[in-house]
Amino acid sequence: MSKATRASFGEAILALADRYPELVILDADLSKSTQTQSFSKKYPHRWFECGIAESNMLGIGAGLALCGKIPFVCSFACFLVGRFETIRVSIGYNQANVRMVGTHCGIGLGEDGYTQMSTEDIACMRSLPHVAVIQPADDRETKQCIEYLMKHKGPAYIRLTRQKVPVVHQDDYKFQFGKADILREGKDVVIIATGGVVGESLKAAHILEKEGIWAQIVNIHTIKPIDKDFLIREAKRVGKFVTVEDHNIHGGLGGAVAEELSCHSPSPLLRIGVEDLYAESGTAEDLYKKYGLDAESIASKTLTFLRSR
Amino acid sequence: MQAKITGNEIKRLQGIARDIRVLIIKMLTEAGSGHPGGSLSIVEILTALYFYQMNHNPQDPNRDPFVLSKGHAVPALYAAFVKAGYLNEEEIYTLRKINSRIQGHPDHVRFPMLETSAGSLGLGLSIAQGMALAAHIDHKNYKVYCLIGDGESQEGQIWEAAMSAPKFKLENLVCILDYNKGQIDGPVEDIMDIEPIAQKWKSFNWNVLEIDGHNLHDIILALNQADHSHGKPTCIIAHTVKGKGVPFMEGVIDWHGKAPSQEEAQRALSEILSHE
Repeated sequence: MSKATRASFGEAILALADRYPELVILDADLSKSTQTQSFSKKYPHRWFECGIAESNMLGIGAGLALCGKIPFVCSFACFLVGRFETIRVSIGYNQANVRMVGTHCGIGLGEDGYTQMSTEDIACMRSLPHVAVIQPADDRETKQCIEYLMKHKGPAYIRLTRQKVPVVHQDDYKFQFGKADILREGKDVVIIATGGVVGESLKAAHILEKEGIWAQIVNIHTIKPIDKDFLIREAKRVGKFVTVEDHNIHGGLGGAVAEELSCHSPSPLLRIGVEDLYAESGTAEDLYKKYGLDAESIASKTLTFLRSR
Repeated sequence: MQAKITGNEIKRLQGIARDIRVLIIKMLTEAGSGHPGGSLSIVEILTALYFYQMNHNPQDPNRDPFVLSKGHAVPALYAAFVKAGYLNEEEIYTLRKINSRIQGHPDHVRFPMLETSAGSLGLGLSIAQGMALAAHIDHKNYKVYCLIGDGESQEGQIWEAAMSAPKFKLENLVCILDYNKGQIDGPVEDIMDIEPIAQKWKSFNWNVLEIDGHNLHDIILALNQADHSHGKPTCIIAHTVKGKGVPFMEGVIDWHGKAPSQEEAQRALSEILSHE
């Protein structure tokens, strides 16, 4: 069943609360959107409404973590990462066990327009040493990832969607932090996707198949630390890469893949994403079409890329 | 409620304060850079906290955490650690040098005795609040002390934190403002006046006390009053003098962020020690 990953997050924290008493939740007047309301009603003494003051919320999260709590600090991705100074010093430099939950990521946010979209958050968070950057692709993966984060040491940023995303995993799927997740085998090109566009990438693979192209589809949930061994292996085996993300093509997944490949195994790479521009209002579907993140665009860009090689 | 404090006790603390000042001058001179003005202005506050008020045993999970939000004054804290036995005196001479765990601004990961990293101004009071909130959740009795600067009070996040601590009823949080009236570019009142500062904290619904931040008796009395605050956090506005204890540095803005030369250090040390 398709579901927004923020909704899966809301269910996950509720399911984990009794087992992990150190889990606490902080919100900044967006708990209806970050889907923490059920938690707040069931565990009112472990949920803190910080008002529209995200810097302070992030700092409170750092203090709670330094005293042994595991705080999930929640807001729209852009409002968290916009308070970067607090993140870099109070959370990053302290190596505080804060989980920064950024919802409504990318242009998939839709109608609200650019100010509420985050298309630079992965780039910012990736620049902080020892801060994990994770973006789950569907309901099952989100829940496992949140459970994993109860034991992870150090800060983590989790990027979640406003819009519903399709199921891309089987029932027996096991989330493995830092490991590439191969969803479909292929030999002609490696399409690496993350988050809300993984489903579109799988659809693109079907379109490419009709053109005689066998695309391997890989879900990268852990953008940092990225699975370097996988990239080197596939560089030798396939040698052509496409990255797909609802984020600026600079500094995000495409940037991370480019950095690793250029150092260890230089390979042709096409980065599909938001092409260094300020996006606009619209439905998620219309925006993905206009900005080239829907299955048809992914397939046609991949074809052009492969034909130019 | 009166703090029971004897004249001998005050004398003991004054001795510690003097030793801390000596260590500050020595370590900054050796480092060749750093912030004497704002380190010297917090000496009595740190003395009262570390040698009278706080349970700072790092092994005790119920200890009182101290957050130095104005991180540039960390030489004063390192000196207090020496006096409390948490740091060897030789090590303070590694301040600001390569491979040292005592960084130019507090680094919690390299030196966990520091309860948090700090130095980018405006961030500490929020962290202190998180620590105070953790005590509430776990029904623990520890108190959290946070020292902020007057120039630092120009940062917006301080006022976000000022707004939220009373909402969370953090009577276990004490914010101490080192009001030394100076910042790098000049007098605070000229750069960006923070007055009326007591009214500001009162209007944010804090329990506000205003004291002479170099009078140990006053500081202890205020900390004692904060112990008995009901349902409200306490802000102690401590009027201080930048460079306190070294007459040629007192109130001189230029000593905010420069280390003394060997000759200046000799003069400073003899002036500190003549204050017996």
